[in-house]
Amino acid sequence: MRAMIDSLRSFLLLELGKGLFLTLKYFFRPKVTINYPYEKGSLSPRFRGEHALRRYPNGEERCIACKLCEAVCPAQAITIEAEPRDDGSRRTTRYDIDMTKCIYCGFCEEACPVDAIVEGPNFEFATETREELYYDKDKLLANGDRWETEIARNLAADARWR
Amino acid sequence: MDLIMNSYVIELAWIVGKIMLVVGPLLIAVAYLTLAERRVIGFMQLRKGPNVVGPFGMFQPFADALKLMAKETILPAGANKVVFMFAPMLTFILALVAWAVIPFGEGLVIADINVGILYLFAISSLGVYGVIMAGWASNSKYAFLGALRSAAQMVSYEVSMGLVIINVLICVGSLNLTAIVEAQRGMWFALPLLPMFIVFFISTLAETNRAPFDLPEGESELVAGYFVEYSSMSFALFFLGEYANMILMSGMTTVLFLGGWLPPFDIWPLNLVPGPIWFILKVMLLLFVFLWVRATTPRYRYDQLMRLGWKIFLPFSLIWVVLTSGFLLWTDNLPAVMAG
Repeated sequence: MRAMIDSLRSFLLLELGKGLFLTLKYFFRPKVTINYPYEKGSLSPRFRGEHALRRYPNGEERCIACKLCEAVCPAQAITIEAEPRDDGSRRTTRYDIDMTKCIYCGFCEEACPVDAIVEGPNFEFATETREELYYDKDKLLANGDRWETEIARNLAADARWR
Repeated sequence: MDLIMNSYVIELAWIVGKIMLVVGPLLIAVAYLTLAERRVIGFMQLRKGPNVVGPFGMFQPFADALKLMAKETILPAGANKVVFMFAPMLTFILALVAWAVIPFGEGLVIADINVGILYLFAISSLGVYGVIMAGWASNSKYAFLGALRSAAQMVSYEVSMGLVIINVLICVGSLNLTAIVEAQRGMWFALPLLPMFIVFFISTLAETNRAPFDLPEGESELVAGYFVEYSSMSFALFFLGEYANMILMSGMTTVLFLGGWLPPFDIWPLNLVPGPIWFILKVMLLLFVFLWVRATTPRYRYDQLMRLGWKIFLPFSLIWVVLTSGFLLWTDNLPAVMAG
């Protein structure tokens, strides 16, 4: 009896009809696609995107060349050279990140005692040549200036859990 | 002499014009079928599909065509070059020539031959040659396996398709496609022969290598099947051929079961609409079902495919031939065989 009912069901294509009805229902559902260049998904404040070196509000760069980020970097993407400046403060003379090596783990920003190196919300920095992805200090500082508003907002939003 | 030449030239020009009138819109329909496929499947998967090139992605097919034409045609070193190049052409040509007998409306047919359905069936059977030649000439194991599967599949399903067609022919009494459509004036054959209609539609899915019977091109195991080695325009010809075949099969189903160019009911607002519009609407509906089924079903396994074709469809349609002819004989409704 069971077998008869089963074979009758498959013969009448009941399951197929159910499946077709389901896909037809989905056909009329609102779509989940985000029209990427025009619409973007929301990002967490903890999003780890393109790196940036931040400054204090008075324009002084935050980085004190402690090299903790260089030490913690598992991909060894960061290279830092430092010398005392004329006014006696310790600052970097060279701060390079090889973005092709970077694995975006966020250890550098975690290690940084002065919130100088951060991973900002920008993820659209594709380039056409490899060389453009070898970031130097100027590039990183420029990033910091460009994204400071967003970075500061994200750090404030996440401050409770840091 | 001049007069004869003139009338000959004019007649030739008239035929060529008619062919252009069919092939031109057909190729555009093929182009938009590819777009429709991506859009419909996208919609069923909660995506939007290509919607960026032109309004609603309307120029996407042309962008694709341009891309394919700009690419390099690769001739594999181990391939049999002549057969390799001939196979896609054959597939494409066969997909086009079959349209000669499809009636779009009353009298709107290029060649109104008496054995139209036989011609259609023969041409669609020949399609397997393009596939076999492509698979063999590529000299690649994936292409060859795909071609073997495809050939086996097309041959198997043609048998049950033939029996289904016999069902219709018993009801009509003619092999002429126009006569088949005219015979459906009272009622489309899809209603009295509903099981046969479904069997025929599923067989056309297998015949055109569409999901759920697309195992000749099963991406997961055969990369792309018989046309792995093809690129550029030779690939495009296969692609166009496959989609033109889909439209052809929908046209065939429309003529056999959905009353061709006839309106659903012969009542006032419906019979004002010209026949070709009805024909195109029905074909579009069937094509939508093609895409719908593809978005719904997973692929059949090879043995399941063969089991369905030989152990279910074949006996089932054979029984229906007996039932149909028995019913017609019993009710004394057998059609008089029309003089050919």
